[in-house]
Amino acid sequence: MDFPMLSLLILVPVIAAAAVMLLPKERTELHLPVALVLSLLPVGLGGVLFARFESVVGFQFVEQAPLIERWGISWHVGIDGVALPLILLTTILIPISIAASTSIAKNAQLFLAMVLMLEAGLIGVFSALDLIVFFVFFEAILIPMYFIIGIWGSENRIYAAIKFFLYTAFGSALMLVGIIALSVMQQNKTGVSSFDYTVLLGLEISPAAQAWLFAVFGIAFAIKVPMFPFHTWLPDAHVQAPTAGSVLLAGVMLKLGTYGFLRFNLPLFPDAAVRFAPVVATLAVIGIVYGAAVAIVQTDLKKLVAYSSVSHLGFIMLGIVAFTQNGLDGGVIQMVNHGLTTGALFLLVGMLYERRHTKLIADFGGLQKAMPIFAGVFLFSTFASIGLPGLNGFVGEFLVLIGSYATLPGFAIVATAGVVLAAVYLLWAYERVFTGVADKPENQDVPDLNLRETLIFVPIIALILLLGLYPKVLLNRIEPSTAGIIDRIEATTDYVEPTFVIGEPSE
Amino acid sequence: MAGPTPYMALAFILFVIGATGLLTRRNALIMFMSVELMLNAVNLTFVAAGRAIGNFTGQISVFFVLVVAAAEVVVGLAIIVAVFQKRNSASVDELSEMKG
Amino acid sequence: MDLLLDNLWLIIALPLAGAIALHFAGRFLPEPLPGLAAAGAIGLAFVIAVIAFVPLATGDAEPRTLMLWEWMPGLGAAFEIRWDQLSALMTLIITGVGTLIHIYSVGYMHGDPRFSRFFTYLNLFAASMLTLVLASNFAMMFVGWELVGLCSYLLISFWFTRPSAAAAGKKAFVVNRIGDFAFIVGLMLIFSQFGSLSMSETVLNHPGEVISPSMATAIAILFLIGAAGKSAQIPLYVWLPDAMEGPTPVSALIHAATMVTAGVYLIARNAAIFELSPVALPIVATVGAATALVAALIAIGQNDIKKVLAYSTVSQLGYMFLAVGSAGYVAGVFHLMTHAFFKALLFLGAGSVIHGMHEEQDMRKMGGLRKAMPITHATMLVATLAIAGIFPFAGFFSKDEILAAVFANGGYYFVLWGVGLFTAFLTAFYMTRQYIMVFWGTPRWVEGLKPHESSLWMTLPLMVLAVLSAGAGFLNAPQLLTLEHYLDPVFEALHPAHLESELPRLLGMDGLALGLALVSLAVALTGIGTALYVYARSSERFREWFANATRRPMAASENAFWVDKFYGKTIVLPGKKLAQGMASFDASFVDGTVNNVAGAVKRIGMALKPLQTGYVRSYGAGFVAGVIGLVIFFLTRGGV
Repeated sequence: MDFPMLSLLILVPVIAAAAVMLLPKERTELHLPVALVLSLLPVGLGGVLFARFESVVGFQFVEQAPLIERWGISWHVGIDGVALPLILLTTILIPISIAASTSIAKNAQLFLAMVLMLEAGLIGVFSALDLIVFFVFFEAILIPMYFIIGIWGSENRIYAAIKFFLYTAFGSALMLVGIIALSVMQQNKTGVSSFDYTVLLGLEISPAAQAWLFAVFGIAFAIKVPMFPFHTWLPDAHVQAPTAGSVLLAGVMLKLGTYGFLRFNLPLFPDAAVRFAPVVATLAVIGIVYGAAVAIVQTDLKKLVAYSSVSHLGFIMLGIVAFTQNGLDGGVIQMVNHGLTTGALFLLVGMLYERRHTKLIADFGGLQKAMPIFAGVFLFSTFASIGLPGLNGFVGEFLVLIGSYATLPGFAIVATAGVVLAAVYLLWAYERVFTGVADKPENQDVPDLNLRETLIFVPIIALILLLGLYPKVLLNRIEPSTAGIIDRIEATTDYVEPTFVIGEPSE
Repeated sequence: MAGPTPYMALAFILFVIGATGLLTRRNALIMFMSVELMLNAVNLTFVAAGRAIGNFTGQISVFFVLVVAAAEVVVGLAIIVAVFQKRNSASVDELSEMKG
Repeated sequence: MDLLLDNLWLIIALPLAGAIALHFAGRFLPEPLPGLAAAGAIGLAFVIAVIAFVPLATGDAEPRTLMLWEWMPGLGAAFEIRWDQLSALMTLIITGVGTLIHIYSVGYMHGDPRFSRFFTYLNLFAASMLTLVLASNFAMMFVGWELVGLCSYLLISFWFTRPSAAAAGKKAFVVNRIGDFAFIVGLMLIFSQFGSLSMSETVLNHPGEVISPSMATAIAILFLIGAAGKSAQIPLYVWLPDAMEGPTPVSALIHAATMVTAGVYLIARNAAIFELSPVALPIVATVGAATALVAALIAIGQNDIKKVLAYSTVSQLGYMFLAVGSAGYVAGVFHLMTHAFFKALLFLGAGSVIHGMHEEQDMRKMGGLRKAMPITHATMLVATLAIAGIFPFAGFFSKDEILAAVFANGGYYFVLWGVGLFTAFLTAFYMTRQYIMVFWGTPRWVEGLKPHESSLWMTLPLMVLAVLSAGAGFLNAPQLLTLEHYLDPVFEALHPAHLESELPRLLGMDGLALGLALVSLAVALTGIGTALYVYARSSERFREWFANATRRPMAASENAFWVDKFYGKTIVLPGKKLAQGMASFDASFVDGTVNNVAGAVKRIGMALKPLQTGYVRSYGAGFVAGVIGLVIFFLTRGGV
């Protein structure tokens, strides 16, 4: 077996969290820098993963060690082209979130440890290949996030934290039933219980059972995405969460839902996936238009960005259930894109809040005069989010739209309306916050981005440009895995991906 | 040698006395004694039944019950003493903080 | 030579590099260095374009594509340059006019605190526009398409402290996005039919063998809507007049000469698709004619010097749509070029006037500027004659060719020809009106104002453009047809399905062509004459009578037929209400349901709460009762 890269990647943040907690409590000036430096280690490890990742089908960096042999539970981790981008995204967003958390005053040590624990959980969940291990990580990340919102959030934090926790826990309880059902089926068939993903892939499940399992897994992930109508915990959680919490929540945690669909719902229940695709697509498209429409009239800047997430995640879901190469590629790359752009927007809103202690759009106006760099970065992120070609958001959205048109044409056309609405709500917000004359005195001399804050955005902006202009760095690695998922669906159902021979009429 | 019936009857009487005491008295110490009485009533049925069936399982169970009872006494009495020191009373009705 | 042709990416890269360099270093440079750097970047691009253009024009070199790097391989999308006759011509217009406007801006933006930022955006715009026209596939074209929209947004709201400027920028972007919606759906259709977005594999490669006429119609209509957004055609033209909030060089470059012609370029580029459809071209022509007419009617009543030109631009763009909609692609592109010259000149001249009048834009407060600003006056006169279509100025030739192309289609197109002719009359009329209001008569200036001629930075581009506006028409004069031959490789293979008229052959006869030309010239002269009479040569009494008689139509025209208000009432307001409704639905119903479920659980808990009395005794009683119950249960069932 190779060097246990993934276990190390999961372990390093845990050790880092412990190290931060072991620092002397009164040396507050040490906590953040130490946490920041330690959180850069996973970035390096992620870089190694990226460099050594081969663009082939199947899992890589696989490790397997038995945990409870009787039940067929093992420490089985490995990544493919779907998990890799998300792990990289996680490792990149963690140091950024830490660097943006200087305003956390109350028990920052614990806060930083929580963020690092969250990282361990997130990497774990994206690399788990055993359903129990996956479930444990899936649940475990709720804990640090619960505390991050509940302790360091704003006024209504307890309500938001509990709502977030209960809502997602409700979904995962359903999923646990599904997981156990899968292993029981495996036991009934082979006489050996197993929770191993790669083993369960070989299970032939009757269409009726697939429908139920698709539903229980689907609801769990739909809550996490969140898809309409399970989305209402999201604005609450975002508005209350501290900046780092929002960044990680929107940037990575929401992707657990879309990732779950890709990892479990499509390959394990292909028949149900094909049958339910119109349902999921309907909810996705409703989410796109509805989230955007609701975002237009939000008065709270953070809530606006939160609803924009509902809209953007709808694109990802639409791409996933399109079952075409472009759709799936677009979905995966859009997961990363959304993490970067929405992360940037939440960081900006957080920094604005630190300066003005308000998030209400009506309290701002004319800020561009006092803070030109800030406004520039905000506009850049806005356009990335709107999907301006050349920036990352476009690549994902465009692939999704073109890819989903092949199988879900009506849905794709309606989804395109989301592109128009995104421009409406984001640019209108920008207009009200940054342009015009700063008629309120407190808006006239708001400090611009300082060096630390500017540096936070450098990697984000660089990645936004890189993925916008040369998405091949990721697409190359994503493609074999997504192609594998489609192949599997084609092999087990009578679905056939529409293909083209250029220059000949299509049917 | 008589069958287990008389022992069972005695055990039943002891158990009912214990249960009645538990339900009617308010003094934690007395309630505690009632619980002991009930436990021992059960012990008696174990021994009697074990003897009647002819194996030792019943008698072994008694040892477990005795050990548990002893442990319970240690913890329970300590709690009662602590409560008494704090409230100057051992009446359980005053300890109704768990009321919903 | 080959070395240059292999490095055509420099044409885009130069202004882009300029933008990047100015973005980071611009603010450390003193005026006018950032402007000169920007102008130098695009000027160099122009030189390269000219050198690369020559072999193409002489036929020494074939059109070529140049792969830069792969982008989205699954879509057949790459960053790849297509250098053919059409894109080369567009490149020349963009870089040529662009360079002049950059130079002009050095003078115009003098003293602005964000001087270098302005040139950053201007250079970025040039790079984006060049990306648009040089793209070899639709995805890359869309990059340019959107980036020019971005630059337009940035430059319209350049003076962001003016709320109207910020709102106008947003409006432009959002309205364009509506067009983009259709464009994207069109691209979806293209991909679903061809499996690629590369032009050489789709529209340029006998698309008729792949798609049906009805599919072609669908794609064409969607592209038309996209083009209508960018090129300000009915019903999406409303953003362009507002876009005049931007600095005047921006209006000249983006909202007259280059960006707004992207729609025309799009249709010309995809002519093959439009021609497959039996109805697409007539629709394009109708939209164009209607826009030309409506915008011209609105232009008559405007008093803001830039608003007149804005509506005039909308109108002339309609003319170009009319041309391409009549399969007169060369005429359309020709008018695109001449329009770029004379409309850029008009805007720059207007900018010079505004500058000289100390930011006054209301023509009612101008007048008599002929003497104060001689160069501006002379060049503006040339431009006015050119746009009015007076021989031998450029507009005469291009407009005449459009009308001939429309006429040649026969049938329904005769109506459009009539509309075009009437628009030509209106154009001549309102341009003359503007010219008179600004330069003739007695000064109506605000007290104490001393208008002055602008600096050489500004007047030099005016003079160059004046020469072009005067002479560019001969590029495609009827006996020379240089442009026609040059563009032949792009368009000659096209045969519109609906065009079965005998007229093209008839038009070959000099008599009819000459007759049409004379008619349009006569119409233009009538327009000028009428305006001269109404606004300059008539008696005071007539003018009063005229003002009274035309008060209501003039008010309608001045208010642009209240279209903005209409859109506000029918689309914006209901849209906002709908969004508001959705938001309250979200809060009360969707989230309400969630909270109600949680509330129900809580209420059940509250209902069960009294069971917990807190008395050990009651728990004990329950326990005993349970035991007794169980015992009875097992006894009655007859054993365990």
